[in-house]
Amino acid sequence: MSRPLQDHRERPVVAITGIGVVTSLGQGLDDNWAALTAGHSGIHRINRFPIDHLRTTIAGTVDFIPTDAKTAPALTLATGEQATQEAITMAGIGSPGDFPGPLFTAIPPVEMEWPRRRKLFDAADPSINDAYGRMIDVACRINDDFEYRSTLYGFVAESLADGFGTKGAPISVTTACASGATAIHLGVEAIRRGDSDAALCVGADCSVTAEALIRFSLLSALSNSNEIPEQASKPFSKNRDGFVIAEGAAALVLENYETARARGAKILAIVRGAGEKADDFHRTRSKPDGSAVIGAIRNTIEDAGIETGAIDYINAHGTGTPENDKMEAMSLEAVLGEEVKSVPISSNKSMIGHTLTAAGAIEAVFSIQTILSGRIPPTINYQMPDPTIELDVVPHDARDAQTSMILSNSFGFGGQNACLVIAAEPA
Amino acid sequence: MAREAWITGIGITSSLGEGVEAHWSAMAEAAQPRPNVDLLSAAPFAFHPMVPLDLDKQIPRRADQRQMEFWQRLGTYTAGLALADAGLVGDLDRLGQTHIVVAAGAGERDTAADGEILEGLGAAAAPDNFLNERLGSDLRPTLFLAQLPNLLAGNISIVHKVTGSSRTFLGEEISGVSAVEVVWRRIRAGQGDIFLVGGASVAGRKDMILQRAIGGTLWSGAPISVWERPDKGGGTVLGSLGAFLVIESRDHAESRGRRPYARIGSVVSDQSRRRPGEVAKNLAHQFDDMTAEAKDQPVAVLSGTTGMSDATQEERDLLAALVKEGRVSAVRASANMIGSGIEATFPGLIGLGALALSKRKFFMPADESGFEQSLSAAPERIAATTCGIWRGEGMGLIEAVD
Repeated sequence: MSRPLQDHRERPVVAITGIGVVTSLGQGLDDNWAALTAGHSGIHRINRFPIDHLRTTIAGTVDFIPTDAKTAPALTLATGEQATQEAITMAGIGSPGDFPGPLFTAIPPVEMEWPRRRKLFDAADPSINDAYGRMIDVACRINDDFEYRSTLYGFVAESLADGFGTKGAPISVTTACASGATAIHLGVEAIRRGDSDAALCVGADCSVTAEALIRFSLLSALSNSNEIPEQASKPFSKNRDGFVIAEGAAALVLENYETARARGAKILAIVRGAGEKADDFHRTRSKPDGSAVIGAIRNTIEDAGIETGAIDYINAHGTGTPENDKMEAMSLEAVLGEEVKSVPISSNKSMIGHTLTAAGAIEAVFSIQTILSGRIPPTINYQMPDPTIELDVVPHDARDAQTSMILSNSFGFGGQNACLVIAAEPA
Repeated sequence: MAREAWITGIGITSSLGEGVEAHWSAMAEAAQPRPNVDLLSAAPFAFHPMVPLDLDKQIPRRADQRQMEFWQRLGTYTAGLALADAGLVGDLDRLGQTHIVVAAGAGERDTAADGEILEGLGAAAAPDNFLNERLGSDLRPTLFLAQLPNLLAGNISIVHKVTGSSRTFLGEEISGVSAVEVVWRRIRAGQGDIFLVGGASVAGRKDMILQRAIGGTLWSGAPISVWERPDKGGGTVLGSLGAFLVIESRDHAESRGRRPYARIGSVVSDQSRRRPGEVAKNLAHQFDDMTAEAKDQPVAVLSGTTGMSDATQEERDLLAALVKEGRVSAVRASANMIGSGIEATFPGLIGLGALALSKRKFFMPADESGFEQSLSAAPERIAATTCGIWRGEGMGLIEAVD
C-alpha cells in the first residue's frame, strides 16, 4: 500500500467532491456557470417589497425558490437546502438523510421581521404603554412555535442538519462577508485533525429586506447606481460606488483525499490553504497599511505551502466599494509583488452582487469550476478602469485559461479576513 | 501525543459581580448564597441584572464605547478581564497571535425607535412606504454595527488588539459549547497556540424577552430552583453574563511562565431532536465517554440547565442516578445563582469550574429543593453540562493541575 497523501505539513489532504450553488443568476451549477461565463448580471430592480424612500432600489435577490414563509430565515434555509442537495448528490456520499460528517454553516444574523412585529403590536392591548411590552403581552398568549424557532440563530443549521443527517451539533458561523470562507476553514480544520473524513460546508444568505438595505445605506456601503441595475456593480472601476446587496447559497462537500479516493469519488479540487488575520483598526475600514488583509493572504499562502508565483488566478473579494478594491489591490501587490499585474483576477460580484454571508462559499464553488472548466469568468461593467489599480481584471468577457492554483479572498466588516487557496486535483 | 489545553485567564461578569474573586465569594464562601434578581423591570419575567461596570477600566476610549451597544460593551469589558487575568495586556506580539472565538446572540434593537414606528404604522395610509421612510430617518448608523453579532469580536480586536483571527459562532447555548470545543480541538491538534473564547448576554432586554416569550420559554414570577421547575411547568430565568477564557497550549503557557486554573480534559457536543429521553441519552453517553479513563473517581457537576421542563427533568434524573452510583459527587446549577446566559453559559461554567479546581473547593449548594448536596472534599474533576432551551446538548470535563 502506498503512503497516504499528506500535505507539506504532514496533514491529510482535503478534497472537494461535491459543490452546489444558487444565486440570482439561477439554480444549480450549470445554469450559474453558463450565465457567469456569458457575462450576465443577476442584479435587478427589487420587487419583493416597496422601494419608496430607499436610496438603493436594486439587488441580486433570489426570487425563484418557493417557500411557505417569505422571511429571511425561511428563504435562507430554502436556498441552502437546494445548494446542499446538489453538492451531496454530486459527491454521491452517504445515503439520503445520512451525511457522514459535521455541518458548518455560514448564516446571516436574522431576527423577527417587521410584518411579524406589526401583527403582534396590532393584536395587543393598547392600554400597555410601551410597544415592546405590548408585543410581549401578545407573544405570551400565542406561543408561536415556528416564529420562535425560525428567529433562533440555530434555526438554519439545525434544519439542514436534521434534513441531511449530518453528525453532531452543527456549527453556525458569522464573520460578516468572510463567513462562507470561514465555514470552509472549519471543515478543513476538522478533516486535517482527523475528527472526520467528511464535512459539509454551507454558506447561505437571503436577508435582503428594506431594513437591511437602509442599514447598509447608512454605512454608505451600497451602490446607488439604480438606473441600469445590471451595470451597478463595477468592481475595480474608477466610478465604482459601492456594492450591490445580493442573495444566494453554496455548499461544498469536503473529504479526506484518501478516503474519498478509496470510495471511488471524483475529486473536483483540493483545498490547499486556509488563512486568516483580524484587523484592529476600525469597525468598517481596513488598516490603511493593509497589514491585516496582507496578513490573511500571506497566512493562506504559507498554509498552502506554495510560492506566490504559483497562483495563476485570483477570485477577488472585489465588492466594488471604493475602499475594498483599492485595499485588495494594494495588499495583493504587497504579497505577490510586481508579478500580480500579470495574474488574472476577476470579481464574480460584478455579476451576482455581494452575497454577504454566502459570498465566500459561492466564490469558492466558482473557483473550483474555473479550474474544472478551463475558463475564467470576467469582471463585467469595467467601462472605466481605475488607473490606480493596475490589475488584469479579465474585463467584459470570459477567458479560456487553464488554472490550477487559485486564491479566493473574503474580507468582512468587523475586521474579519479569511482566504483560501484552491488547487487542481493532484493526481 | 495530543497537546494539553490550559485555562490561564478567566473574565466573568454577572449579577453577582465582576471578576473571579467576586464570584468565588458569592458562590463558595457565603454560607447561604443569594442571587441578585430583578423582579420588576421586565415583569412578569424576573431576570438577573448585570452589576454596574466602570467601563472606562477596560474600554478606555469613550469613542469606542459609543460604537457599541451594551451587550458588546459587556463582552469587550469581560474579554479585557480575561486578558488581564492571563497577563496578556500590552503583550502585542502574543495578542497578535491570539485567536478569538465568540459565541454571540442577536444584537440589540433600538426599541424606542421600533416603538415609534409601530405606533405610526397603524395610522399610515401606505404602511410599507411609511416604514421605509421612518427607518431611513430613525435608525442610527452605529446601531447596525451594534446589531451585528460578529462585531463583538470586532470590538475586542479594536479595543484589546487581539488579532490572530476572529470567528463568531451563532446558535444559542450550544454555540458556546462549540466555541470552547473547537478551541480545545485546535489546541490539541496544533492548529493554534492561544485563544480568547467566550460570549456575552444581556438579560432584561425587551427585544430578547419578546423572542423568548413567543416560544413560551420564560419562567413567570419569582424564580424557584431550576431543579424544581419541571414539576411546575418549567421555564427559564435569563441572567446577564459575560464570560471569556484564555485557553492556551501547555507549552505556550509554560514558555511565558503561566500556571493554569485547570486543564481541559474533553469537550463534546451533540444535537438531538429532543424526543423523550434523548437529552438524557446524549448526556449519559457524553459523561461515560469523558470519564471512561478514571471511572471510579467521582466528578463534581456544574450544570447549565435552564429549567425547561423536559430537558431539566431528564438531566436531573440522570445526575441523581450518577450520584447514587457514586460517579458524581455533587451537583450545582449555575442558573440558580446567575440565571441563564444563553451563549455565555458554557464558557461561564468552564470558567467557574476552573476557578473551583484552582481553589480546591466546590461551590455551596443554592437550591432549596435539596437536590444540591454539600461537598467537603476538594474536587479533582468537574463536568460542565449545557443543554439548550430549544436544542443542543454539550459537556466539558476540566481537571485540576497539580
